Amino acid sequence: MKAVDLLVNKSPPSGRALLAVKAILQVRELTLFALILIICAAMTLVTPYFLSSANFRALSIGLVPTAIIAVGMTVLLVSGGFDLSVGSVMALSGTVAALMVINGVPISISVILTLALGIIVGIGNGLLVTLVGINPLVATLGTMSVARGSALVLTEGRSVGNLPKEFGYVGDATWAGLPLMVIIMTVIVIAGDVALRHTRYLRQVYYIGANEGAAKLSGILVNRVRIFAYALTGFLASLAGLLLSSRLQAGTPTAGNGLELQVLAAAVIGGARLGGGAGTVFGAFLGVVFVGLINNAMTMLQVSVLWQIVVAGIILIVAVALDTLLRRISR
Amino acid sequence: MFHMNPTPEEMLSGGDADSNRLLVVERLSKAYGGSLALDNVSISLMRGEVHAIVGENGAGKSTLLNILSGAVMPDAGEIRVRGDLVHFTTPKSAQENGIGTVFQELSLVPSLSVAENIFPNRAPVRHGVFIRWSTLHQRAEELIAQFGLKIDVKAPVDRLANSTRQVVEIAKALSLKAQIILLDEPTSALTPDEVDALFGVIRRLKTNGIGIIYVSHRMREVFGIADRITVLRDGRKIGTFAKQHTSTKEIVRLMVGRELDAMFEPRKGRISNILLEAKRISHSGLFQDVDLTVRGGEIVGLAGLMGSRRSEVGMALAGALPTTSGTIQVEGKTVWMDGIADAIKLGIAYLPAERKTDGLFSEYSIGDNIISATLPRFSKWGFLDRASRDRISKHYVRRLNVQASGVQQLVGHLSGGNQQKVLIAKWLITRPRILIVDEPTKGIDVGTKYEIHALLRGLADGGAGIVVISSDLPEILGLCDRIVVMHEGRISGELAAEVATEDAIIRCAVESDAQAVEQNERPS
Repeated sequence: MKAVDLLVNKSPPSGRALLAVKAILQVRELTLFALILIICAAMTLVTPYFLSSANFRALSIGLVPTAIIAVGMTVLLVSGGFDLSVGSVMALSGTVAALMVINGVPISISVILTLALGIIVGIGNGLLVTLVGINPLVATLGTMSVARGSALVLTEGRSVGNLPKEFGYVGDATWAGLPLMVIIMTVIVIAGDVALRHTRYLRQVYYIGANEGAAKLSGILVNRVRIFAYALTGFLASLAGLLLSSRLQAGTPTAGNGLELQVLAAAVIGGARLGGGAGTVFGAFLGVVFVGLINNAMTMLQVSVLWQIVVAGIILIVAVALDTLLRRISR
Repeated sequence: MFHMNPTPEEMLSGGDADSNRLLVVERLSKAYGGSLALDNVSISLMRGEVHAIVGENGAGKSTLLNILSGAVMPDAGEIRVRGDLVHFTTPKSAQENGIGTVFQELSLVPSLSVAENIFPNRAPVRHGVFIRWSTLHQRAEELIAQFGLKIDVKAPVDRLANSTRQVVEIAKALSLKAQIILLDEPTSALTPDEVDALFGVIRRLKTNGIGIIYVSHRMREVFGIADRITVLRDGRKIGTFAKQHTSTKEIVRLMVGRELDAMFEPRKGRISNILLEAKRISHSGLFQDVDLTVRGGEIVGLAGLMGSRRSEVGMALAGALPTTSGTIQVEGKTVWMDGIADAIKLGIAYLPAERKTDGLFSEYSIGDNIISATLPRFSKWGFLDRASRDRISKHYVRRLNVQASGVQQLVGHLSGGNQQKVLIAKWLITRPRILIVDEPTKGIDVGTKYEIHALLRGLADGGAGIVVISSDLPEILGLCDRIVVMHEGRISGELAAEVATEDAIIRCAVESDAQAVEQNERPS
């Protein structure tokens, strides 16, 4: 039974430093949580206004679109794909819903049709990537431009305002002291995390992202699952657009510009792997909070909004670079 | 416990041979394009039998395995599982008929747990949606327990040793109630101890009546675990042998033995000074302490079985693979090569074995391919000089007798032999003094083979030093002046052409199997 002993409890030889790095990698969520606490503590020291409920309210509502879309993006990243069209689909959905409502379509029907639009764009992305076989970068870059352009054409580049008060209910309401939007976000994030962790259907994306060929040989319907992941992301982007336009009481065709980069950065910071096979919704959510906090901190420290765009890009690059380097060390 | 099992023959003589026959494959054929990857191959598998399939690269092992696993459909032939005729259209249909496949490329998801890897897409669920983790873990533990092993089924796979991963793969196949398991080079990533452990698992499967098709090129392992051995060569079955009635030497000879189908030009030039000398070069994990010298006018053969790392040594000599220790000297000067570009400057040319993927741009024309390693020479003020490209290309197309409609023809449309000639032309215009050529005539027809051999000999006669890496023994014997044989990353012998024989090369190539050879040759 000597041979049997060899099979068990055998870890590859590596130095103590490597083990430490590995341990940190394995609790990515903990590291991120600690970082978030540190930023909060630092900001509290710098400005007393940071801890105010008004700031927390603004901060959490600001996270809503990013966090909701990050749920879909994480599923996509784990499956080995991604979607750059999310910001544009969000803007398109907000404007389409607003246009329908001011033209007399009942709000409930407008909402359903808008969500359907998001799903259709998502399915379109999925079909382009799977059946046509276009690289996700090119496919979703294309739909990103189409969706953004459509939003601008439909509105002639202007915001669609003068919406009925009922349309703004969800964006403004407070339940049990919490903004309804934040409650919706929380429900979606928790549902997304549980679904990606515990449902058989979504577990399939891990197999697909880690080894597509093996997934096929295991009887997983790879293309169908991929299309589902794109449809889910389109749906969530559309929902985010609805919530945003409800909050702003307007459909804005320029909303969500650059959002795709923020969502990607957040998901990667949260442990999702570009290239697939790893990632959690909870981690991505912590990434969203992290990125949101940095933006909030910059606003409080009166850094120009224009500079914030530069910082967003730097965060994305640093996040991916760090992730790549850490993984190379831990191997 | 191994010896308590009836051997396949005992089972056969028991009279109920048919019920013991798990799998019967008859006259299976498969063609890709014009070439037959599998030609009329028939094999069978008994309950509790390990049936090894051996052969060199391109012998048809993978094609056979792909057909049996349902990944590829045969053009002709029958497959019977437990007597029933089956037609596999997808991997799933093979699985449903009790055939589980463990491919060489492990198919596990490193970040997921052992249990999840065993039941991809088949985890037990609650309410049709949520995975029942406790049931999943319990089932995985039951499966793993069959091997007499304790593995934490909740641990992510990336914390497991390679052999344990292999066991997880087998468990995955068994979870589909497989009675036939196809193992493709299962030990290629394992240490000797891990191989022993895996063999323990395989023996246990045998006692449970499971039949195993074991594809490998490692003779020691094949003779250690198999009951019967089938040799494939060039898509054909050469024969099936009971282990006790054959020997390592016989099997290897059948694997590599080809007809002497080409004539060789004699050496006309003189062997001169040392051009290239490798001193104790190593690349950890691949090859160790390799010494090799090449003189001007000389063709040195580098032989060895698949996996002996002969190609990796060739790459290291050309700067395409870094060495972790040892030195390389070119004409007596120690050199440090960081990539092929440095090798080109030193007058070294490297022609890879996989010419289609590593050597040529098949969507580009002959001319564009020929100049691809020497672009600066075909540029004027930074612009491509098309006239000189076409002039040189035409010259080489004529000189090497490339059969093409013109230098504009796309390389992808040429035959294998003509592609090889284009590859040679590409490297000849770098004006190399040293050529390292990997499998120069693999998949090439006899006539073109002769031309390429003559061309290489001509280059040597012109003063070049050439290393020919090949699994084609007649080629090595006929073409080379000196033959260096590798075994598992080390030089295991060196033979002068005048005294070398196929037997002698094979003996060196399976060196550490020497004991097994003796045992098998001893009358029992």
